[in-house]
Amino acid sequence: MSRIEQKFKELDRPALVSFITAGDPDYETSLEVFKGLPEAGADIIELGMPFTDPVADGPTIQHASERALAAGATMKRTFDMVRAFRADNDHTPLVLMGYYNPICAFGIEAFARTAHEAGVDGLIIVDLPPEEDGDLRKALEGRGIDIIRLITPVTEESRLKVLLNGASGFLYYVSITGVTGSASADMGAVERHIEQIKAHTDLPIAVGFGIKTPEDVKAFGSMGGAAVVGSAIVNALQAGVDEALSLVKTLSKGL
Amino acid sequence: MPDERGHFGKYGGRYVAETLMPLILQVEQAWKEAKDDPAFWDEFNALAKNYIGRPNPLYFAERLSEHFSNGDKGAKIYLKREDLNHTGAHKINHCIGQVLLAKRMGKKRIIAETGAGQHGVATATVCALFDMECIIYMGAKDIERQSPNVFRMKLMGAEVRAAESGSKTLKDAMNEALRDWVTNVRDTYYLIGTVGGPHPFPEMVRTFQSVIGQEVRAQMQELEGRLPDSLVACIGGGSNAMGLFHPFLDDSSVTMYGVEAAGHGVDTDMHAASLNGGTYGVLHGMASYFLQSEDGQIIEPHSVSAGLDYPGIGPEHAWLFDEGRVNYVHIKDDEALEAFKLLSQLEGIIPALETAHALAHVAKIAGDLPKEHLMVVNLSGRGDKDIFTVAKMLGVEL
Repeated sequence: MSRIEQKFKELDRPALVSFITAGDPDYETSLEVFKGLPEAGADIIELGMPFTDPVADGPTIQHASERALAAGATMKRTFDMVRAFRADNDHTPLVLMGYYNPICAFGIEAFARTAHEAGVDGLIIVDLPPEEDGDLRKALEGRGIDIIRLITPVTEESRLKVLLNGASGFLYYVSITGVTGSASADMGAVERHIEQIKAHTDLPIAVGFGIKTPEDVKAFGSMGGAAVVGSAIVNALQAGVDEALSLVKTLSKGL
Repeated sequence: MPDERGHFGKYGGRYVAETLMPLILQVEQAWKEAKDDPAFWDEFNALAKNYIGRPNPLYFAERLSEHFSNGDKGAKIYLKREDLNHTGAHKINHCIGQVLLAKRMGKKRIIAETGAGQHGVATATVCALFDMECIIYMGAKDIERQSPNVFRMKLMGAEVRAAESGSKTLKDAMNEALRDWVTNVRDTYYLIGTVGGPHPFPEMVRTFQSVIGQEVRAQMQELEGRLPDSLVACIGGGSNAMGLFHPFLDDSSVTMYGVEAAGHGVDTDMHAASLNGGTYGVLHGMASYFLQSEDGQIIEPHSVSAGLDYPGIGPEHAWLFDEGRVNYVHIKDDEALEAFKLLSQLEGIIPALETAHALAHVAKIAGDLPKEHLMVVNLSGRGDKDIFTVAKMLGVEL
């Protein structure tokens, strides 16, 4: 059983997915907060792979990428960070999130192999729809890494079937049409859509985008089994590691 | 080409956020229907004639040809006068086509990115004509170096929003436009300004721009009774070049030159030559060649010309480069500036700085070609917008 499956199986409450950008604001600080996340209450960690042109992200995560790259972040360093984390944590599921270009540059096969060896459990590649992910899926075969598919408020039933084909681990529900760090979604609309999606799949559904408070985490997390907090944590980290971890503690207490 | 999912070999495709996929599939469907609808083309052709002013001339540049001639050598140079279109560049061709498509789709809000401002001006123009809301994203640096075009867009009722991230040029404007689109996906049409972006945009923009090559074919037949021997066009994203080249791709006797912007030189880190200095990658919805680091981070391009200052290129050009069908060459800032001055002085035509790159390549090759060689240069845009930049480069205070 994968770490992701195991985690959802053992939790009797919604999971908190916490996002940070690898290498933001620098390698050491980023690793410190990364290592502290599980104890602070992060059930699953989403680690952003920095990219110069993150078109699906709002200013908060754009700037996180800029800081990380300015401090020397590379794909290789991101994997170093994953290995350093796994050296003393073998149970917290870890999902890499990012854009396809740095993966192409690293080499798709090399990326899949390195991710597997380092202990990555899932991938969210924002600009890689199912129509184009064949090469990556092939490279991931037999390596136990889930491709986490994104579902959005404009996903209709015919499209949902395309997205569910080959999906594993969990689904990521983008709660608004927009970029990360935007305003919060209309709860009723998200809940109605998630109920419809559940009729087609047993996978847990993590709701993300615009989720900032413990109340958001509880409300959205209860709909499909998990809630994702990104920009709020990245913002808190600007003030320091303690501030970021204490926010995650607060967020997780609501669950 | 392309295949049904928009691939030109390993290039092209559709690499976008899932939020955009349903809409892009709708755009594709609407485009498929429009393409086969004679009424759509009737409307396009009427506007091309009466609003854009097509066909524009294929003009024999006698003094320019003489200038480059060298004894019994020297090509006969024709200029395809896209600069005489309404709004002063080729961009209006795909703007008319796409605004008609947006209207068919019932969209009332149009967004676009612009570099030199030519595509922004053309977009603002068609939005005024069709009474649509118009938001133009433009790099903060480009807003500064292309201020006349910014003012033109505003005059026609467009809102110009500055992209402040990254290099503050065309790439960043495209990032911001994509962020807007993902946010306003339900009511907005993204009027992409080049043969790039996700499928079907490269093929659709190519189709609208192919009017250039089709006219050249007919005009050259009338003037010289045969096909041209060579075609020359500048390339940023590649829309004017693709429009000129595409109708001739199957004619093996026609040699083609796509001219990239080499900035300070392709062997420096200050250029915008994606094919000659880039590698395979994925950005802005497409797989193509991009300027990037070994780690897959996009490198900020440089060109004196805002319209060529982009780190990528349309996927069909990437494919043609690999196939060897088109010769992709490069011209530096200072060479383009010389050509800018030369055409102004010899022919009384001030070219856009983008176009001046194509002319600078003509300067390199025309003198070695036989007298009967028929060369067509796509005069893709007029240079009025560039006079401030050029004056600054020449040390002239206006």
